[in-house]
Amino acid sequence: MSDRLDSGSGSLLGRLRDRLEGPNTIGGSTVFWVGFAVAVAALIAYPQTTDPYTVIQSSRYFALAFLALSLCFIWGYAGVLSFGQVAFFGVAAYAFGVIGINISSATGVVVATVGAVVAGTLAAALLGYFMFYGGVRDTYVTIMTLVVALVLNTFMAQTAGSEWAIGTAQLGGFNGMTNIPSLTLGLGETGLVLEGTLFYYALLFTLLATYLGLRVLLNSSFGMTMVAVREDEARTATFGYNVPFVKLVVFTIGGALAAVGGVFYASWGNYIDPSVFGIAFAALPVVWVSVGGRESLLGAIGATLAIERMRTGLSSGIGPVGSEWALVIVGGLLLGVILYLPAGVVPTLEDLADELRTRRTERSQSTTTTEESPE
Amino acid sequence: MSAPEDINVRQKPAVAATGGGRSTILATKQLTKNFGGLTAVDSVDFSVAEGEIRCLIGPNGAGKSTLLELITGQLDPSEGNIYFDGEDLTGLDTHKRIDTGISVKFQSPHVYENLTVEENLRVPLQRTDRDVERVLAETLDRIALTEKAETGASELSHGEKQRLEIGMAVTLEPKLMLLDEPVAGMSVDETDDVADLIRSLHDDGMTFVVVEHDMEFVRRISEQVTVLNQGEIFRQGSIEEVEADEDVRRIYLGENA
Repeated sequence: MSDRLDSGSGSLLGRLRDRLEGPNTIGGSTVFWVGFAVAVAALIAYPQTTDPYTVIQSSRYFALAFLALSLCFIWGYAGVLSFGQVAFFGVAAYAFGVIGINISSATGVVVATVGAVVAGTLAAALLGYFMFYGGVRDTYVTIMTLVVALVLNTFMAQTAGSEWAIGTAQLGGFNGMTNIPSLTLGLGETGLVLEGTLFYYALLFTLLATYLGLRVLLNSSFGMTMVAVREDEARTATFGYNVPFVKLVVFTIGGALAAVGGVFYASWGNYIDPSVFGIAFAALPVVWVSVGGRESLLGAIGATLAIERMRTGLSSGIGPVGSEWALVIVGGLLLGVILYLPAGVVPTLEDLADELRTRRTERSQSTTTTEESPE
Repeated sequence: MSAPEDINVRQKPAVAATGGGRSTILATKQLTKNFGGLTAVDSVDFSVAEGEIRCLIGPNGAGKSTLLELITGQLDPSEGNIYFDGEDLTGLDTHKRIDTGISVKFQSPHVYENLTVEENLRVPLQRTDRDVERVLAETLDRIALTEKAETGASELSHGEKQRLEIGMAVTLEPKLMLLDEPVAGMSVDETDDVADLIRSLHDDGMTFVVVEHDMEFVRRISEQVTVLNQGEIFRQGSIEEVEADEDVRRIYLGENA
């Protein structure tokens, strides 16, 4: 990396970059970080340039981006393709609703936030334990996770009626759970309610911190272990790695990421319904991550924002048929990417940039040699 | 250098054979593996002394690779036990056996194709408490891949992949190294490199069990040979004795002729 701002490992910036960069994540040049800073600045400025409705819509994309990161992390880096990350997303969303409705105070919402993330994480740990220690592998993991989501879908859809209540929280069956509180910071009766632009910023910064945190994790020795497991499980075990345990840890972290998204999603609309466990929603993370690039956290986030923006645009632009068309386009996008860009958009761009860079160095080298040759 | 072992050529060793005053590091007791009706490994008592290079030979389907997979825990035995360094390994998970000091290189090359040579070595190395950068440089030098540290493993030749795999196993500093056909499909020069590598590791005190068909190669690295046939230990002894044995020629060498 010749274009490093500061490669001195002694300085703070140098050490920070050493942590953030490595073979497992895309983007390590100064150009990349400058572009990244510009993109973040644009997202920070965005609410000032648009109407409140669009800002609120954008917060929803951020919530979904956590779901995308969750799948990208476990599938792209550990080779575990879950078709049911929405299960942990939904469990956390419902748990947030149940706790938040029952304890109606600022403290209650904070407890609900923590409790919901714990619930989603534990659900993933439990399912992961039975799958990975039970020797379930490859496509069977995909099928099993989807089945879990669909079972939850069926179960939650039949929870209509007053007998299906936890405390004061009505599960609501097919119609969903309403009156879920908004995200709130603070203790006691009242706190800072995160709504509108504030909610947007809270999600943006959590997403940013999560992205950078995951980059550090993926470039650590644990990230290397994940990649080794993805590449060759049997071989990795013969180096003394406890492969089921590694996969369990990865799957649990993935569950936690999905759960965070679920909390944001439920508090965004103050509402959750069983369709979060449905097959249409379950397929979306797979599409986002495939399009953006399995092995690119940034690709997963970018694809989520772009595809969801497109879906909203179509449904609000041309009415109810728009959302139908949006699904057709999303499906077409998936097929197109699988056929023409199997690695996804961002890794393909990275390869192109690499090739350009190599060609440029070769050219500059050949000019140096021609300059030198007469001597 | 390994001294000749006092193993009876004509008999299966009933107890762990120790030779030259060295202790037994690996012993299997009545080890058996059935695959349905087929007995791939049949009541095998196989033992290796510390610091030895033992070659396992035998015709295809003799149970050589199965025996290695039983030792590493890739397969569970139907009956019998495996002892390593005084510990009963039977029933332990593979990763726990590796931690007792066994490394393995399987028959087909199993490098991480999408990683570079250096990254391949980092995977096993990062688990140890060794000085990663120093051992990395040493190992690259030892397997003669320093020039290709940044090269993707998928771009290596067959021989280079085999050397890389041995290098990866070596970074764990095992007491016992199991190699399944380390020179299969290699050129003469590549075979020489691997033989030198094994000898130099052996000089550092590493014990080897090597499954190999190439008798020239076996002669270069080892004095003691165990012949497996139909899942049983057929003969055991020095390479000269085994090669002179007519029954061995019939079942093994004859088949290749």
